[in-house]
Amino acid sequence: MTETKTRENRPSKTRSGVIGRPIDRIDGPLKVTGGATYAYENALDGTAYGYILGAAVAKGRIAEIDTAEAERAPAVLLVMTHRNAPAQPDFGPAVTPTVPEVFTRARPALNSERVRYYDEPVALVVAETFEAARAAAGLIKVRYDEEPGLYDLPGHMADAYAPKRTNAGFETDSVIGDFEGAFAAAPVKIDATYRTPFEHHNPMEPHATLAAWSGNELTIHTSAQTLANFRAGVASTLGIPPERVRIVSPFIGGGFGSKLIAHADTILAALAAQVLQRPVKIALTRQQMFANAGHRAEMIQQVRLGADTDGRLTGIAHDVWSATSSFEEYCEQTAVFARSLYAAPNRVTRHRLVPLDINRGEWMRSPGEAPGMLAFECAMDELAERLGLDPIELRIRNEPAQDPERGVPFSTRNLVACMKEGARRFGWERRNPTPGRAREGRKLIGCGMAAAIRPNYIGAATARVAIDRDGRVTARLDMTDIGTGTYTILTQIAADSLGLPISSIKVELGDSRFPRTAGSGGSWGAASAGSALYNACNALKERILEAAQSSEASPLRGANATEASFADGEVSVGQRSASLADLVRRIAPGGFEAEGSVAAGAATQSYKAYSQHSNGAHFAEVAVDCDTGEIRMRRMLAVMGAGRILNPKTARSQIIGGMTWGIGAALMEQTVLDRRYGHFVNHDLAEYHVPINGDVPEMEVVFLEEHDDKANPFGAKGIGELGVCGAGAAVANAIYNATGVRVRDFPITLDKLLPALPVIAI
Amino acid sequence: MQSFTYERAASAEQAGAAVAARPDAKFISGGTNLLDLMKLEIERPAHLVDISRLPLDRIEETAAGGLRVGAQVRNSDLAADPRVRSRYPMLTQALLAGASGQIRNKASTSGNLLQRTRCPYFYDRNMPCNKREPGSGCAALQGFNRMHAVLGASQACIAVHPSDMAVAMAGLDASVETISPGGETRTMPIGDLHRLPEATPHVETVLGHGEMIAAVTLPPPPPGRQVYRKVRDRASYAFALVSVAAIVEKSGDRIRSARIALGGVAAKPWRATEAEHMLAGAAASDGAFTDAAEAALAGAVGHGGNDFKIPLAKRTMRHTLAAAVESA
Repeated sequence: MTETKTRENRPSKTRSGVIGRPIDRIDGPLKVTGGATYAYENALDGTAYGYILGAAVAKGRIAEIDTAEAERAPAVLLVMTHRNAPAQPDFGPAVTPTVPEVFTRARPALNSERVRYYDEPVALVVAETFEAARAAAGLIKVRYDEEPGLYDLPGHMADAYAPKRTNAGFETDSVIGDFEGAFAAAPVKIDATYRTPFEHHNPMEPHATLAAWSGNELTIHTSAQTLANFRAGVASTLGIPPERVRIVSPFIGGGFGSKLIAHADTILAALAAQVLQRPVKIALTRQQMFANAGHRAEMIQQVRLGADTDGRLTGIAHDVWSATSSFEEYCEQTAVFARSLYAAPNRVTRHRLVPLDINRGEWMRSPGEAPGMLAFECAMDELAERLGLDPIELRIRNEPAQDPERGVPFSTRNLVACMKEGARRFGWERRNPTPGRAREGRKLIGCGMAAAIRPNYIGAATARVAIDRDGRVTARLDMTDIGTGTYTILTQIAADSLGLPISSIKVELGDSRFPRTAGSGGSWGAASAGSALYNACNALKERILEAAQSSEASPLRGANATEASFADGEVSVGQRSASLADLVRRIAPGGFEAEGSVAAGAATQSYKAYSQHSNGAHFAEVAVDCDTGEIRMRRMLAVMGAGRILNPKTARSQIIGGMTWGIGAALMEQTVLDRRYGHFVNHDLAEYHVPINGDVPEMEVVFLEEHDDKANPFGAKGIGELGVCGAGAAVANAIYNATGVRVRDFPITLDKLLPALPVIAI
Repeated sequence: MQSFTYERAASAEQAGAAVAARPDAKFISGGTNLLDLMKLEIERPAHLVDISRLPLDRIEETAAGGLRVGAQVRNSDLAADPRVRSRYPMLTQALLAGASGQIRNKASTSGNLLQRTRCPYFYDRNMPCNKREPGSGCAALQGFNRMHAVLGASQACIAVHPSDMAVAMAGLDASVETISPGGETRTMPIGDLHRLPEATPHVETVLGHGEMIAAVTLPPPPPGRQVYRKVRDRASYAFALVSVAAIVEKSGDRIRSARIALGGVAAKPWRATEAEHMLAGAAASDGAFTDAAEAALAGAVGHGGNDFKIPLAKRTMRHTLAAAVESA
């Protein structure tokens, strides 16, 4: 269930009330009837099919590659290797000069005899059918000169180095006060080291591309979260101007951060289509996605907390060591959230990287907070126990009055309210603070909680909106809907702004011919694209009003537009009003069109003057089988303060999706990197476990009413990833409460719990 | 996947002959395992003989009071059969604990028995694997072996058989009826169907090339309460870390007889005969269950990542026996 509860924050009034309504997904019927076309389902006459052959070693060079048999195989059109692939630029240095270039740099494929990671593409076979291409790929013989590689993070901590910045451009370290001194002097302290494994995004839809050239124009149908990145990345790899690349991605079967940049399917489809002068379609297999479409890197995190005996933090240190790729740096901002979460006069956060011979990590489901809060919010639970304090009370005692490191006020912050409301609804007072005491039959029952925090990002975005003579509105932007509900909330924003019914609005997304946005990622989609569309609608209204005042044919001619409103399909100016459709028909039979934009948040005064985050509190109840150690979820609750909620239904879906990933991170998600061969061992969905229906309990989501006028014109903030932030820690803390066993090595699988579980009499 | 030819068998005899005629031919039924393996070129048959439409899809009463389950009965149909549910509830529990609804709808009884291991090194053609490529070595022995065998393994292979159904059938003393390419039939206890790896892990069963499973016969349901307990990493669609099929017959406070099969621990369903002997006539007590569990795992050897399976199997067996007794 979902509820919105009014708090002290100013509720916002909208003209139509369509914003904030739980309307069904606009694209729902298309999706459930198969009418939504996904990348690999696109069909063009003459399409050929590609299949990628990956490297059998993780480091070395291709000594010999024999493609003769594959070339002779039935229906084969092309076998591409580093020997005959079109020229591409070199990959370049491990770190780009600026942050945005990470997204736009050339990512060549099949351009070198070097093998940088296991399953890196070494050949592409293109044939008349997928089956023929795959069969021929099996006929290619490759001999490698294998070189020893590094695949062991804990074994190579001595190689750790400090990067120049983290992902998203944050400072690598932050130091305030004297942590070491404060920690040494603290009467109560926690020094705990946590490990989080490699994880993979695993969207349902694999990475897939259909590329087609028309003259020197390239059209790419693919599954992309951010079209502008794909366009720029493809253009730099192929050495052509971005204007000649069109990216089309109207429907995306999930991304979770793994579709922010173009991968080998896109680059190789474009190259092969160029060579063959035919459309070429390529999908990564599920197994190939593990090596070739990003991951979250393995990390070791040390959290040190020093506190007074009354539970006030005197020092916070969060040190992160993460695996990275030897050829391209990626530093997840794992400790950055800790700079804004709790008050403490002495603070350190640090990120260090250990290069391994693996592919680069990518932005996975709440980069930073997801692994970082898993560790940090468990450490807070450990501290609460050591202090004999309730975990909520500990957090309340350390609630900062302003951002503790930046020294600026929060735009909104309802963390305490979320925790209190959550405690009331969850029945937190019934939790036995002494672990291992609650039993139902052979099940040990436990409850845990954790805080949630996630920054509010705004990316630069532009939207174009047009109204025709029948009053039908079309909004166009290169934004994407990765299953989050973007089509729906943008429709609501336009309908609300223009005072028209939902049925009059058509939102078109996923085409790089439309105005550029920041796409879907970092939970910035709704706020960024929504603000641009909001501004575009305002510009459109201005244009309509100008014409309405001046046009001879206008019933509103000469009216004072400062008093104008658009509602219920009518334009009212002072005492006079007219149907919007009628008005447009009379004064502009060709309709009106306008654009609106929003600047990147980091560049704005509001972003500098305020610390902008969404917050929340997670609660979880688990049952642990005392005989087998099996952990099963019983219920979860999230109370969120995340600005204005545009659509409670899609917002709830976002949060429960995040909570589900929290279960995954706490209990099952882990990719095993074989330290001998450098390959991800469990690279399919049978062996890489994500939570599925049977693992997901009853979930309740509550949104506190908020309106963040510092964030954007309509007061909304990012929520896409908030649901995962802290959710796993709540589960882990519940397991501790159930069993008295603290597992600091994630995921918490039964084998880690079992040795410490007492044998209970039958 | 390599190209292959395909024929649909008209009769069991013809099917066997068609496979026997070509060393590179294989039977296919539901294809839920074979097709996956073919896509990865772990299996590379040049010819497939489809036996899914043979009239071996019935569940019939036997004269002895048991059930004869045709090899082509789908897992979902077998699980749902009212006679199976009432007389062999452990078998229904095991079937429903396995795979997913979609897979159970396709998977056949014989295909379930003959499915191959899920060892990730077996599934990756770049990795050494004696089962896939005899003589290449075993990557799991020193590698990621959390899911692997603790009983009956060898230095050549520590893979486990992934079936739940087979474990329940082993506990029920089922027998397997086969038909050879020449049309001769033979019947063997289900425990004799699979071979332990020893030095030849690629030879997984005693079946000859072209010999086809025709049916699985369940003897009359044994007295006592049946329980199938599967321990796994998530609530559905996960292979067993350990499973226990137990049938315990009680007489007063004592156990008259017990039958126990373990899954997830070996290359075949593992009958715990020593434990069964210990329990026969013993008091139905925690101590007896614990001792039986210790006996069942007495010869178990871990390989690092799967060490936990030994205590897990003991704990699971102890509690499963108690649960069977409690409700007997």
